[in-house]
Amino acid sequence: MATDVIMPQMGESIAEGTVTKWLKQVGDTVERDEPLFEISTDKVDAEIPSPTAGTLLEIVVPEGETVEIQTIVARIGESGESGGGGSTTAPDKAPEKEAEKAPEAASEKAAAPPASPGPTPSAPAASAPADPAPASAPTGTREERIQTKSSPVVRKIAAEHGIDITTLNGTGVHGRVTKQDIMAVVEVGVPASPASAPASSAPSATVPTLPPAPVGTGDRVEPMSRMRQLIADHMVASKHTSPHVHTLYEIDMSKVDALRRQHKEGFLQRSGAKLTYTVFMTKAVIDALKAVPVVNASLNGTDIIYHGDINVGMAVSLEQGLIVPVIKRAQDLSMEGIARSLTDLATRARSRKLKPDEVAGSTFSITNPGSYGGLIGMPVINQPNVAILGMGKVEKRVCVVDDMIAIRPKMYVSLGYDHRLIDGATAEQFLSTITKTLENFDETAL
Amino acid sequence: MRRSGKIVDTLLLVEHPHVVTKGSGSSDAHVLVNDEQAAAMGLSVHETTRGGDVTYHGPGQIVGYPIFQLEGEERDAHEYLRRLEEVIIRSLSDFGIEGTRDGEYTGVWVGPNKIAAIGVRLAHWITSHGFALNVSSDLRYFETIVPCGIEGRGVTSMAELGVRASLDKVEDRLIAHFADVFGRDMQEAKIR
Repeated sequence: MATDVIMPQMGESIAEGTVTKWLKQVGDTVERDEPLFEISTDKVDAEIPSPTAGTLLEIVVPEGETVEIQTIVARIGESGESGGGGSTTAPDKAPEKEAEKAPEAASEKAAAPPASPGPTPSAPAASAPADPAPASAPTGTREERIQTKSSPVVRKIAAEHGIDITTLNGTGVHGRVTKQDIMAVVEVGVPASPASAPASSAPSATVPTLPPAPVGTGDRVEPMSRMRQLIADHMVASKHTSPHVHTLYEIDMSKVDALRRQHKEGFLQRSGAKLTYTVFMTKAVIDALKAVPVVNASLNGTDIIYHGDINVGMAVSLEQGLIVPVIKRAQDLSMEGIARSLTDLATRARSRKLKPDEVAGSTFSITNPGSYGGLIGMPVINQPNVAILGMGKVEKRVCVVDDMIAIRPKMYVSLGYDHRLIDGATAEQFLSTITKTLENFDETAL
Repeated sequence: MRRSGKIVDTLLLVEHPHVVTKGSGSSDAHVLVNDEQAAAMGLSVHETTRGGDVTYHGPGQIVGYPIFQLEGEERDAHEYLRRLEEVIIRSLSDFGIEGTRDGEYTGVWVGPNKIAAIGVRLAHWITSHGFALNVSSDLRYFETIVPCGIEGRGVTSMAELGVRASLDKVEDRLIAHFADVFGRDMQEAKIR
């Protein structure tokens, strides 16, 4: 009678454990209390002793696999016993109970014939049931595929961040999505669309590897900070994924300028935040995204996800790099709400006080090269968005108005967009909506 | 040795040279320097048998290794982690620092930044490995790793928060709170 070895419960709140290492192989003899395997739960590693003496007949849960507590992870019995060889399925409670009483009996048997590790046919038989329908095979329901590809912790994180686990290629056993995999997606916000994976890997195969840059005397070499590395990876992935096109508009900011001067004192008193060009622009972008929803979308393979909320990512430059905090549900915000969010997010971004979910989930992004004097930027799309708007500096320029030469405050705006989804005409429609909104800004919104 | 009763429950508090250690859950992607760069910074990289991801140890940091035989109700891996956090939170509070737990990530945090890392191993409910508390660590060394594999969070130290305390002072508070939280009499033996 084989004894089932189960995933032990290492604590009240612990629902699952990962087998990190088998210290014995199938066919090995083990003593009772001899270390049998190692598990890992959160920040705790533990060595699990064998519940009984005998021969390890079968390893049910391979290294790297995470299972719920009480799951059978291995079988120990008399050498030569089949270990179930797949036939003893349906592990009900009974064998577990017996397992607790079995040790003495089993150890007697083990003492006698540990000579040969038994007919090894148990090895191939063992690996078969341990292999729960390769995750890649499109069998079972969608729910089942999600279950086999992840642990409860990972599913919880995925649900919180609206990530579809089935679209991810995990680095765990059988493509299982590990906590690190999911956190990488949450933090960097890269491929919400699986399309980016093939798309980015395919071209990279044809991109020749560059020779290393030469280092001369007097040069200084230092490692990129982790933020720098994340930005680098994100930018390369974006350029590989999306064919970028940029369209430029020039906007007459006279109306905005006048309103800003007229309202800035009162606005500051009411909201505690400054009435900047960015506030006007964000408002105009939100209205344009409502009018042209395909710009507020993501691609998921051949599916287009039209986002229900407008979450505007705002690029904030930091000493060490760049971060894109997100104004969530911006469609519900007043001008004051927008201004307060902008100030709050930028301040906390600079003091590095943002929470991880405040830099995730954007559906469109805005960057402001104009704040440093740039006239026009050609921004790279913040994946998985499909477009990004760049604001140029507002400056007085000579222009022709009604066949007369006039001086007007002007701003160039650029839209970088993913040509897989957005065509030039759509981009024009989006930018002209913004232009109209700003040039005829509705004072009642203030 | 603890299992066979050759030693009693023991708490080791030490300071390490610059070193990066990887736990069982480590991803190489979380070590951000290559061997040459690490060598140039006087940093060595080691693999360990504790739980958790990669971390850094170095001067100005108290590393604690409790070797305790957990008994009865103490035999709860998460409860043990929470108790280690409690010891550190109480010790920080003695210096006017409000350390908190994060629902998701083990360790002790001040705002979004981690001040103490935890990674442990259990064998026969005997604890090993433990925690690392940044007292006056050179935080630049954390730039060489993604601490505990959690991206988007920072690290801090008591010194960075404006508390200039000697390692001895902090160790005294840790020992006192270990005695309370774990209900063990503590006798100090210096091995310096």
